[in-house]
Amino acid sequence: MTSPLSNMDEVSPAPASPEPEEQVRGLSQGRIVFKRFMDHRGAVIGIIVFLLVLVLAISSIGLGPIPGWWKYSYKETPDIVNGGHPSLQFFPFHLGDHPFGQDRVGRDMFAMTMRGTQISISIMIIVGVVSALIGILIGASSGYFRGKVEAVLMRFTDMIIIIPSLIAAAVIAKSSQHLGGIWFLAVFLGFVSWTGMARLVRGDFLTLREREFVDAARLAGASNRRIIFKHILPNAIGVITVNTTLLMSSAILTETALSYVGLGVQAPDISLGKLISDNQAAFSTRPWLFWWPGLFIVVICLCVNFVGDGLRDAFDPRQKKFRLKKDKDDHRVAPVALEAPIDDALDGTSEAPGRP
Amino acid sequence: MLSYIVRRLVASFFILLGASFIVYLLIAYSGDPLAEIRSSNSPSKDTQIAVRTEMLHLNVPPVLRYFIWLGGASKCLIGQCDLGVTLQNQPVTAALGQAIPATLQLLTAATLLAIVFGIAIGVVTALRQYSTLDYAVTFMSFLFFSLPVFWVAVLLKEFGAIKFNNFLATATISPGVVVALALVSGVVWAVIVAGTWRRRGITFAVAAVVTALVLVFLSATKWFQTPSLGPVVIAVTGVAIAYGATVLFAGLRNRRALYSALISVGIGLVAYFALQPVLDRTGFWGLIGLLVIALAVAWAIGHFMGGYDRTQSIRAAMLTTFGMSLLIVIDRFMQSWQSYSDNPLVRGRPIPTIGSKIPGLDGDFWITGLDTMTHLILPTISIILISLASYTRYSRASMLEVMGQDYVRTARAKGLSERVVVTRHAFRNALIPLATIVAFDIGGMIGGAVITENVFSFQGMGQLFLTGIKSIDPNPVMGVAIVTGITAVVFNLLADLAYSALDPRVRVKA
Repeated sequence: MTSPLSNMDEVSPAPASPEPEEQVRGLSQGRIVFKRFMDHRGAVIGIIVFLLVLVLAISSIGLGPIPGWWKYSYKETPDIVNGGHPSLQFFPFHLGDHPFGQDRVGRDMFAMTMRGTQISISIMIIVGVVSALIGILIGASSGYFRGKVEAVLMRFTDMIIIIPSLIAAAVIAKSSQHLGGIWFLAVFLGFVSWTGMARLVRGDFLTLREREFVDAARLAGASNRRIIFKHILPNAIGVITVNTTLLMSSAILTETALSYVGLGVQAPDISLGKLISDNQAAFSTRPWLFWWPGLFIVVICLCVNFVGDGLRDAFDPRQKKFRLKKDKDDHRVAPVALEAPIDDALDGTSEAPGRP
Repeated sequence: MLSYIVRRLVASFFILLGASFIVYLLIAYSGDPLAEIRSSNSPSKDTQIAVRTEMLHLNVPPVLRYFIWLGGASKCLIGQCDLGVTLQNQPVTAALGQAIPATLQLLTAATLLAIVFGIAIGVVTALRQYSTLDYAVTFMSFLFFSLPVFWVAVLLKEFGAIKFNNFLATATISPGVVVALALVSGVVWAVIVAGTWRRRGITFAVAAVVTALVLVFLSATKWFQTPSLGPVVIAVTGVAIAYGATVLFAGLRNRRALYSALISVGIGLVAYFALQPVLDRTGFWGLIGLLVIALAVAWAIGHFMGGYDRTQSIRAAMLTTFGMSLLIVIDRFMQSWQSYSDNPLVRGRPIPTIGSKIPGLDGDFWITGLDTMTHLILPTISIILISLASYTRYSRASMLEVMGQDYVRTARAKGLSERVVVTRHAFRNALIPLATIVAFDIGGMIGGAVITENVFSFQGMGQLFLTGIKSIDPNPVMGVAIVTGITAVVFNLLADLAYSALDPRVRVKA
């Protein structure tokens, strides 16, 4: 998984540690990454909240033909109750008839928000996966092979970059009404948003391919494919995960923006972005129509970003060294603060492998 | 190197050709430009259709129509641009001429501020990884990054413009708000300063009390109606900047640098009084000229004070002088605030929600400057909030990566101070990947401003582009696309050149 250099760091015995035997337990790279990820509180909270939102969105109004537990669908127009005000109460907790209120014609805002959440999350995931795959492939091959491959691929990337994605999306939105609606829109957004990823990956590869471990791997007879995917790519994983999460959360925002100017998701489809833009004029009279979809967008984006941050910390093989420095600082502070010296010492040993 | 640039420029030319061809086809096939006329009941329908068909060459198939457009566009090379006409029969070159300055005006300040603040915040949080500050900033930047731009814009209009203007009518702050703001400020400072709990507690108390006193003072003197800095505030802030600049560039043990910076503050204060009559009559270029003179003076101070290591003193003095100049200009703008606010066209509601200027407002440079600034402030804030987040994240990630490198450990091991390790060894290398991202962002930012321009009714390129797309009007869309395309291509080239210039391990093939 890691390059030979950083592997050496992780398995080397720790002379500074008083009890080295306890530390050198064979952990696979996957276990290490998982453990580090679970240590990242923000990421764990992020993934839990995200799953909760997902479960809520799917179970409440159901998915496709499967019905959910919520009594209204996003298409119905029941009678307006209490001027469309939201009936949600927290103390005591009480959902009421229309927890998020109703819009101008009486549609239930809760059902609409849930439907919008489903659509927006789907768009986000499709865009993220499509653009990450294309970006990594193009960036890695051009950064690694250089020469003609790089020239052709990067000129192609430049060409895609300078086509404003709004134009592409406008055309797609018009034709996608016959071709399968939002799925087409999502895949196409993926096709135009990989360029940043490709350039970043290439930049990393340009530096990494000059490193000694690549020479070593080549001397040992590794194929190009093996060097790219087994040796260089894991070292670029930090940039890739950060960028993928930024891509995914910005995919929601791109969709929002497109829907806002009337070029994205088209009626009768609903997305969170479309809900906001439909209702933003009503901010002074019906603020809840504006707050709830916005809140869900923000929550989803936040979760995705935190998960990405946790992944970055977990994957990065070089992360450990810097934490050691921070550890040293803690020891320096510890005598002054005199807070739980035993815990501190334990922390010190648990970080000991890899200390020079 | 030169041949590389030439080759890249030639390649860029063909990239532009290819991209413009694709864009032209996309927009041409996106709908029917005649639909609007066809659905109307006007008696002259057929003539209108004939006129528009003639005007846009609609009887030529799109692939060939592109070459008609290209023929006109290629005249740009000999200085007679013909980018076609819009549906309203206005030449696209004229429309672009009005739109480009507006967009640049909107984006320049916002982008610069976002880059500077983003990198600074990112580096600081990387240096204090896993501290409360790091978590707080991470959370905030994720939050800002997660906000849809027009959602922010609606909130800004409501609270930044309408409510703030209401507040300006009285300009008094209620006790509850004072207490709340004081507590918030205390928490913020305690998080920034960090250290032991005792130190945090003291910081919290001091910051809260000071904030409360300042707010009460501002409220009592109705400062928000007649804002000003005055020589005392300028002097105190100037000394603070001087110390900050010295710490950053030279370390406080370098007395010569500290004295150079402090002398700059002194000269700045003298200039503050001496220049008031000059400032009253100056314009934009006059200000730039004064700034250049001030920086030259600062350079001289650093040069003659500097001793054996002049550069450090020169940098400290120049940064301090820049800060002082900024303070003086801000103070001068504040002096014009009341007359701007009382202007019958403003009617005491200085923060507008839409537009780029008040039509028919006349006044000197400072009044019109204030007018531009009040119109720019909300869009600028919304752009900064949103782009700040990604710069912070990238510079933090990049700085963390560099801090883990062996050469940083080597630098520490040979006994360099933490300041030198960070500013000389780590920070500069952390900027290398950022150069790519920044250049890339500048290339693409005009597209990013489309929504912001739309929300704030700013008549820039984004609006031109959007109306073009909606009414299926190819020429203005092509005009905007070609301008953004050229910017993007140029800045991509710059990014690559910067990368190879900054990192000797990356070689540009000559």
